[in-house]
Amino acid sequence: MDGLIPPLLNGTAQGALLLLAALGLSLTFGQMGVINMAHGEFLMAGAFIAYLTQQVISSSDLSIPVALPLAFLGAGLLGLLVEVSIIQWMYRRPLDTLLVTVGVSLILQQAALQIFPAQGVPVEKPGWLDGQLAVLGYDWPLRQVFTLVLAALCVAALAGWLKYSSFGRRIRATVQNRDLAETSGVPTRSIDRITFFVGSGLAGVAGVAASLIGGTNSQMGTQYIIPAFLVVVAGGIGQIKGTIIAAWVVGVAMAYFADWTTGSLAQVLAFVLVVVFLQFRPQGLFTVRTRGLT
Amino acid sequence: MLITSRGRVKTLLATGALAATTALILSGCGARAGDTVETTAPAAASCIDTTGDTIKLGFLNSLTGGMAISEKTVSNVLHMAADEINADGGILGKQIEYVQEDGATDWPTFAEKTEKLLTQDCVAAIFGGWTSSSRKAVKPVVEENNGLFFYPVQYEGLEASPNIYYTGATTNQQILPAMDFLASEGVKTLFLAGSDYVFPRTANAIIKLYAAELGIEIVGEEYVPLDKDDWTTQVAKIAEAKPDFVFNTINGSSNVGFIKAYYDAGLTPETTPIISVSIAEEEAPAMGHEVTGNYASWNYFQSLDTPDNATFIDAWKAYPGSSGVTSDPMEAAYISMYLYKALVEKAGSFEVDDVNAAAAEGGVTFDAPEGTVTLDGENHHISKPGHIGKINAENQFDIVWSSDGVIEPDPYLEEYDWFPADVRDALVTSAG
Repeated sequence: MDGLIPPLLNGTAQGALLLLAALGLSLTFGQMGVINMAHGEFLMAGAFIAYLTQQVISSSDLSIPVALPLAFLGAGLLGLLVEVSIIQWMYRRPLDTLLVTVGVSLILQQAALQIFPAQGVPVEKPGWLDGQLAVLGYDWPLRQVFTLVLAALCVAALAGWLKYSSFGRRIRATVQNRDLAETSGVPTRSIDRITFFVGSGLAGVAGVAASLIGGTNSQMGTQYIIPAFLVVVAGGIGQIKGTIIAAWVVGVAMAYFADWTTGSLAQVLAFVLVVVFLQFRPQGLFTVRTRGLT
Repeated sequence: MLITSRGRVKTLLATGALAATTALILSGCGARAGDTVETTAPAAASCIDTTGDTIKLGFLNSLTGGMAISEKTVSNVLHMAADEINADGGILGKQIEYVQEDGATDWPTFAEKTEKLLTQDCVAAIFGGWTSSSRKAVKPVVEENNGLFFYPVQYEGLEASPNIYYTGATTNQQILPAMDFLASEGVKTLFLAGSDYVFPRTANAIIKLYAAELGIEIVGEEYVPLDKDDWTTQVAKIAEAKPDFVFNTINGSSNVGFIKAYYDAGLTPETTPIISVSIAEEEAPAMGHEVTGNYASWNYFQSLDTPDNATFIDAWKAYPGSSGVTSDPMEAAYISMYLYKALVEKAGSFEVDDVNAAAAEGGVTFDAPEGTVTLDGENHHISKPGHIGKINAENQFDIVWSSDGVIEPDPYLEEYDWFPADVRDALVTSAG
């Protein structure tokens, strides 16, 4: 087995999970300018929904596929609740959204700690993810393949929705020029809500994938929020293709660094890579041209 | 006219970077133990109030934040022990009145609350803490104010304070027995997997020295940060190295990621078993994968057959807020409360100096669920039996190996000639 292959494949899967966590952010942060620090907790909500689904449908073969849409819906509704109750008063004030959503994230973490056993809850992976797929001489865990496929499906669905649906067109119109969109009859308020719902829902889907990789507990969201933000910023704000490339590069870089050094150093080196990149290209990989005056 | 709004993009970038920074700070990594303890207040004379019918004790556990996962249970068990003692007539005839404080998984908070408990609440002793960072934050404060702190978790050793009593295992009571067990199993190659902080780093430094002594080859050593769950890359290395055994010093929820990656890579306990020092009865069922056939090294297991264990288990199961299973850190917390009672009764006083003098005389024992433990008056640790348990299908541990009687605590490993003095000094320095 070539020692270069496992980090490449596992890094790709790691990047896919990062992408799933960042996709929703690239919508809410990139398209709407909301810095949602509670995004990690929406992810956590998705993971707990996977657990709850497993309590109802005991066969994990079935419960995980069922949990995916439920997590999207559940986390999306949670996001909608936060949007309607708090964030809608803060558009165009990104710093305020940051502070407020940090508070929301702490509240959600503590709520999870009160509701669920403090040790965290077990989420079992479906039987059809047992085993490995032989790729280039490496036995690639099927779970990793699953994360990759899930991320690909989510990206395709989101990109298609943004590009071809009337909702998508309206979202893009609102992003490019809110005032003009509004005068043209686009209901920007409900567009905001739908965008936030979808962005949060995607975090829920990421949560199901995360529950199959690590622990499901009140703290799990915190390990995804920083890398996810970095990936969105490095990819270029409002650009899904940038987020995809950045997530993949960070995931693979982290895996190779981890292979050559240690897990801790890998994280540091990957972040340094992003920071250095942003020094030379502060606008990220791709930029979006908007017609806004602000 | 087309206006590219670079201004907006820049603002967003700046706020994005700020968001990341804020998250870093909030995640608690920025806090250093000892930051806030440079208090200039003179060492207060003891203000412990012994005039009434009650005696105040402080409980200091993280009830919020990441460590609440573990410390909530310790807090519950401390309450249970205090209730039991109260029902039985209290300590020296005084009912225990406890002040519960939240350490909030934040080490400066541990230092502040310790000071508050000692100087404002005037508690006679404080019980709690879990992480080494929390203990190291409390240490200078209890030393300065001449208070008492009872610490209930197994840890990396290399410490002894006149103001701290350690009721969890030090390395020669948990790590070394695990290595003895591996040697008795004929293990030739070992892979070390740990979280990246002081306990696993120190434990592995000791393991490597002892492994050389036992003729066990270390074929790999991997660390992942405490707050990161994904172990896939590192487990791929284990699969490639094919060790006889994996020594797991991972802590917290990162264990779940490790276990999942381990089984997903096709590793099994039949070919590559794991021996852990932080997976107990509470953690085993929370892994999301059955872990039957793997091992753990502890001083207490729920399955231990001792006269006092059955009573302890029944009491815990009936206690409100109980998780239903007992584990080593819980039992150590339970011991700490009773050990304090025994010390005070021997001293006939709640004053710290009297309590320490009673400890120094030696011979303070407690019939614990793990068996009778004896306090070492010099290093303030307790003697403990070492046990290796093999996880069964009920997520309980079948005991497969036990030490020859209790092991005397030796936090600095002074009795082990394979442990060189310069390594000890270096480790003590690096542990701070």
